Amino acid sequence: MSSVTSAAKPVGLDKPKTKSKKRSQWAEVWRRLKQNKMAMLGLMIIGVIIFCAIFADVIADYDTVAIKQNLKARMEGPSAEHILGTDEFGRDIFARMVHGARVSLQVGLIAVGIAILIGGSLGAVAGYYGGKLDNVIMRLMDVFLAIPSILLAIAIVSALGPNLFNLMLAIGVSSVPSYARIVRASVLSIRDQEFIEAARAIGADDFRIITKHIIPNALAPVIVQATLGVAGAILSTAGLSFIGMGIQPPAPEWGAMLSGGRQYLRYAWHITAFPGVAIMITILALNMLGDGLRDALDPRLKS
Amino acid sequence: MSKLLKISDLSIQYNSEDGNVRAVNNIALELEAGETLGLVGETGAGKTTTALGIMGLVPNPPGKVVSGKIEFEGRDLMNATEEEMRMIRGNKISMIFQDPMTSLNPVMTVGEQIAEVIEIHQDLGTKEAMSKAGEMLELVGIPAARVNDYPHQFSGGMKQRVVIAISLACNPQLLIADEPTTALDVTIQAQVLDLMRNLKKEFNTAMMMITHDLGVVAEVCDKVAIMYAGEIIEYAPIKQLFENPCHPYTHGLFGSIPNLDEEVSRLTPITGLMPDPTDLPTGCRFHPRCPHAKPVCSQQTPKNSVVEGEHRVKCLMFEGLVEKVSINEASSKEVG
Repeated sequence: MSSVTSAAKPVGLDKPKTKSKKRSQWAEVWRRLKQNKMAMLGLMIIGVIIFCAIFADVIADYDTVAIKQNLKARMEGPSAEHILGTDEFGRDIFARMVHGARVSLQVGLIAVGIAILIGGSLGAVAGYYGGKLDNVIMRLMDVFLAIPSILLAIAIVSALGPNLFNLMLAIGVSSVPSYARIVRASVLSIRDQEFIEAARAIGADDFRIITKHIIPNALAPVIVQATLGVAGAILSTAGLSFIGMGIQPPAPEWGAMLSGGRQYLRYAWHITAFPGVAIMITILALNMLGDGLRDALDPRLKS
Repeated sequence: MSKLLKISDLSIQYNSEDGNVRAVNNIALELEAGETLGLVGETGAGKTTTALGIMGLVPNPPGKVVSGKIEFEGRDLMNATEEEMRMIRGNKISMIFQDPMTSLNPVMTVGEQIAEVIEIHQDLGTKEAMSKAGEMLELVGIPAARVNDYPHQFSGGMKQRVVIAISLACNPQLLIADEPTTALDVTIQAQVLDLMRNLKKEFNTAMMMITHDLGVVAEVCDKVAIMYAGEIIEYAPIKQLFENPCHPYTHGLFGSIPNLDEEVSRLTPITGLMPDPTDLPTGCRFHPRCPHAKPVCSQQTPKNSVVEGEHRVKCLMFEGLVEKVSINEASSKEVG
């Protein structure tokens, strides 16, 4: 034993103790992301929106301000009392937007979560096992992909009935194929690497190899797609609500607010403008963050 | 001593559209506990395929074990189920891969990776496995404080030490090392070999060292098997092989190594290239490149002939069918 260590010592690679701090790949990614100003701006905006969504009840009471109609104060422009004005039923637009952020973020995150869970596992299985199973799964995904995702979402919501859960399910399911393809592609490139063979050589079973070795390595492109996907899901929710397939009145939702105000566009621009701007800013922020993440996760830019 | 590993008549093929690649053809090997066997040959001789065959990891498709028997501790691995093979891999037989840069998972700490094999095969909790991982790191000469570091924070030589730690964590009976030092530079190579030799002695592990470097063989092996085109053409204890190489191919390998004692303007490489494994030559596989080939060499397949004790060679010269040239003298004339 002592001869072993003494033989090993001259390597002299024992780095100073400061290095022993746990510094993962993700810490490295975070360091690079911090250098990207656009991405950090996006992250800040998203942080503010999440903050609003969490503390919506503190900012404006749901029952008395966001829902209750006040026909005496219809379509008022921005003022000290209603900073973004009131809508066609006299409800405070700012309050409704704050509460609408809850719905939008919830739908965005959960729908993408559903899509990643289903699409990711299908893609991982298809990529890892290959052959016939791969063909069956991916051709099925191609069939799904042939239907425009918004149409698929409309079909699912019409079949199941419009409510929050069905909306999330519809938007999630309609974006499953794109996640399946992304995960499959990155699993294919990881599957043949030597450390997978090494994992097999220590007696790991398929489940362990997929969950502990392949998926953590295949995560980077999925994270990027997910940030962009949340933006897409918010947009789809707004779209579905706009045509009346999404959140039902009087619950506040950005797309539904747009839809409700469109008849009054000529007299009260603010009813549609502010929710529209909110959707735009949220999606812009998510896209900036997604772009930044993609750059931060690209190993070729590592140096 | 009982035989730890006994391979008989093993043949492995890869079926591709261009034909069947006969990677390993009817090889036979034996290994005793604690012994080190060197498996030497050019790229494409079937060394790695043999190793994967023992592990039951030949990629299928396209690979297929056509025939043969692999007995490990008296048990036939060919009939073992996938579940049984998993219990053997990493526990009783473990493997070191060629390139330490790619054989570690980049997103797991080295401690987790060592602990993983311990968790799979021993009934230990995560905490105990991690502390054992730290011990294994110390054993290969890396401070245990670095268990939480990631592979990219290690140099190549240290990564190979980590790989060695993983492969020895469950104290296997057999360690298959597939060119463990090829990706390392010469000084690190010497340290890693030293380490492997010491640990092997400490744990009494048998080792199969796959390499194309006869220098490595001379340093660590007890016995040597020379592979050519999927066959073992010469098999001998280390001393006999270095003193009396019998097969013309073995001799050619020695001719390709620079000798410090003699002044030679050029090395004498073996002419020609490895045969196409989809279309192996008839008779002796080596005859198209053999300097002593006679017409009969292309017709008759040589059998194993015993030279002396365990020293076996597959060459018609030793079957009395071709006039025996003393290749040692013949080539020293060439050199002169």
